[in-house]
Amino acid sequence: MSLKRIDLLICCGSGCISAGALKIKERFHAVLSEKGLTNEINIIETGCMGPCDYGPVMVIYPEGIFYKKVTPEDVDEIVAEHFVKGRPVQRLMLQDEDKTIAAHKEVPFYQKQVKVALANCGFIDPESLEEYIATGGYEALGTVLTQMTPQQAIDVVKESGLRGRGGAGFPTHMKWKMVHDRKEDQKYVICNGDEGDPGAFMDRSLLEGDPHRILEGMMLCAYSIGASQGFFYIRAEYPLAIKRIKQAIEQAREVGLMGKNIFGTDFCFEAEVRTGAGAFVCGEEMALIHSIEGERGNPTPKPPYPAVSGLWGKPTVVNNVETLANLPTIFVKGAKWFSTMGTETSKGTKVFALTGDIRNTGLVEVPMGTTLREMIFDVGGGMIGGNEFKAVQLGGPSGGCLTAEHLDVPVDYETLKARGAMMGSGGVIVMDDQKCMVNVAKFFMDFCVDESCGKCSPCRIGLKQMYNILDRITKGEGQEGDIEELQRLGETVAKISLCGLGQTAPNPVLSTIRYFRNEYEAHIKDKACHTKVCRDLFHFKIDKSRCIGCSLCSRKCPANCISGSREDKYTIGQVDCVKCGNCQDVCPVKAIDRIPGIHSDVTAHKEALLKRKARED
Amino acid sequence: MNPISQQDNLLYDKLRAVIAERKNLRNPLIEILRNAQEIFGYLPIEVQEFIAQEMNIPASKIYGVVTFYNFFSMKPRGKYTLNICMGTACFVKGAPRLLQMISDELGVEVGETTSDGRFTVSAVRCVGACSLAPVFVIGEDTFGRIETRDKINEILKKYD
Repeated sequence: MSLKRIDLLICCGSGCISAGALKIKERFHAVLSEKGLTNEINIIETGCMGPCDYGPVMVIYPEGIFYKKVTPEDVDEIVAEHFVKGRPVQRLMLQDEDKTIAAHKEVPFYQKQVKVALANCGFIDPESLEEYIATGGYEALGTVLTQMTPQQAIDVVKESGLRGRGGAGFPTHMKWKMVHDRKEDQKYVICNGDEGDPGAFMDRSLLEGDPHRILEGMMLCAYSIGASQGFFYIRAEYPLAIKRIKQAIEQAREVGLMGKNIFGTDFCFEAEVRTGAGAFVCGEEMALIHSIEGERGNPTPKPPYPAVSGLWGKPTVVNNVETLANLPTIFVKGAKWFSTMGTETSKGTKVFALTGDIRNTGLVEVPMGTTLREMIFDVGGGMIGGNEFKAVQLGGPSGGCLTAEHLDVPVDYETLKARGAMMGSGGVIVMDDQKCMVNVAKFFMDFCVDESCGKCSPCRIGLKQMYNILDRITKGEGQEGDIEELQRLGETVAKISLCGLGQTAPNPVLSTIRYFRNEYEAHIKDKACHTKVCRDLFHFKIDKSRCIGCSLCSRKCPANCISGSREDKYTIGQVDCVKCGNCQDVCPVKAIDRIPGIHSDVTAHKEALLKRKARED
Repeated sequence: MNPISQQDNLLYDKLRAVIAERKNLRNPLIEILRNAQEIFGYLPIEVQEFIAQEMNIPASKIYGVVTFYNFFSMKPRGKYTLNICMGTACFVKGAPRLLQMISDELGVEVGETTSDGRFTVSAVRCVGACSLAPVFVIGEDTFGRIETRDKINEILKKYD
């Protein structure tokens, strides 16, 4: 192996790949071989580095220079200036106000982050077992297998305070202990990689960016509970994650880290990958188990819990990807170290997918107990587009929305739950004041109606009823008492549904009613959507003082309802308007506004129709 | 029903080989269905019945599994599947509008295939590229931050 003077780490996470990272990588290979530098520079394709918004990003060592928004055209300059002459390219560095930030570790996005699960993500080549081992990989497994009993390993996890990162936050050691105590010949461990929450991509990034870590975590679990076989259940939408895990399993098998008598002990282990087929409910552990068994992914009543009767009726532990990712570090650095981070009840760190109307979207890992303000404004860089912060949605379709008054709440399992939100898998969607909360609630309800497996009636019928009411409200047909009915239905569905999907599905509606009741009331009583999102509850109006009479809107109107002339300016015929928004898009002087509420012409027209119908009857 | 062509026979032979290879795995049904969909492009009733016979399990069970998972389709698909991400991040960043523009452009609604058989438009739940919202995916190519009709047109043109 030759020693190379420069390591070029190109982020090949999903965000950067979509932004064109692979083309840049190819260009580097081409330019370097053209200039005969391939022996001096090492190109490494890493997992997600986190700041997806800056993508494609790269870090160049030994200096640790961080470049953002690189294009294939920049490659020649980087090679000529930075690699050959040793002069880093200033214009590709991050500009923070008037400061140029050269070093990777000085980027503000990273300042409040603590990387445990993500430690290697974006730092090593995920397809190389050697690189994982070089960062201390498989050290934990070696130590545990040769020096600890399964009970001692469970005690370490207990002391660390690790709780399930999949959403509900069940203490990991308790799950393990239950399976450990069962006297059965066969037990299983399953890694739940069915990351179905919209707006969440941390499990994907972990599986793609550091697959060996997840595999090692799974083996630590398997040894502790006495399982000899494991399954990775990964959703079909993540082909790269599936490929990398399969590859990691093969690599581990080749060097004897998997198979029989691992590390010369009696511990034998085999792992295999099963792929999902697009069903959100399969993130629920019983549904997931049925899916691996080749059945419809319907949940079944608990008890019996998977710890008693799981996969093929055998005791089974189902752990989330991120939970497993924490384990190797806990065993290497110790339970005490891990439990110093976080709050009283929630220890360690949590990975979040930070998205929405903020400057720095991406993948972040912060200690439990970090406030939402720190996460959104310090790590996320604050709101984009000059709009005000309105709400943050946590926990996907099972979670809820919090408001500006909750910004200083420390994020942990209990505080979020008490406020009607949920940790969930870690999707954080920040919304500005242009978003309609009734519409957001409807979006989540639509999702849950679609994904309900239909087995139990409260979820199948109740959610559909809730959706119908929300749909009516956003169409201007809301009635007095709708809010109360939504609350009654929501509480009932949550109480009597069979599985976690139904039990948590009403959360987005209930939490938005709790914090944005006035918006619901405006939709129902005033028939107005003040954020001008719900199509039936606003209208377009041409401001004649700004209109230049160019007739472009009239020509582009699919309903032919805009009339006027250069002298009289233009007017929209409200009754025929279909609210497509074309006129607003094409107006060269931005003279067309959205006005909350239904136009009086439309109301009058509807009333006249109703009267005529009554007469005819 | 169309008479089974030579081409179909070849496909069924391929499927038979896949089933024979995987039959002895534990509960391989979903994996076999995935392979079958790769071979045929979709899972019509005839293919489901064929699998039922080869695996000796009731066709009703296979139908139950096929209709449960979004990934499986019983209708033929276009040459390319255009998936519009309807995850939360894309939703708040304007995915409904993107969907409208794409379906206007292609003249089909979600779940339909264009008459030239080029695209099947479908909506998916989060492709995990939230920072590029709103996003759509054609095959394995992801397109992010698409805000105008012209840009959509430009991209669609590349796929014949």
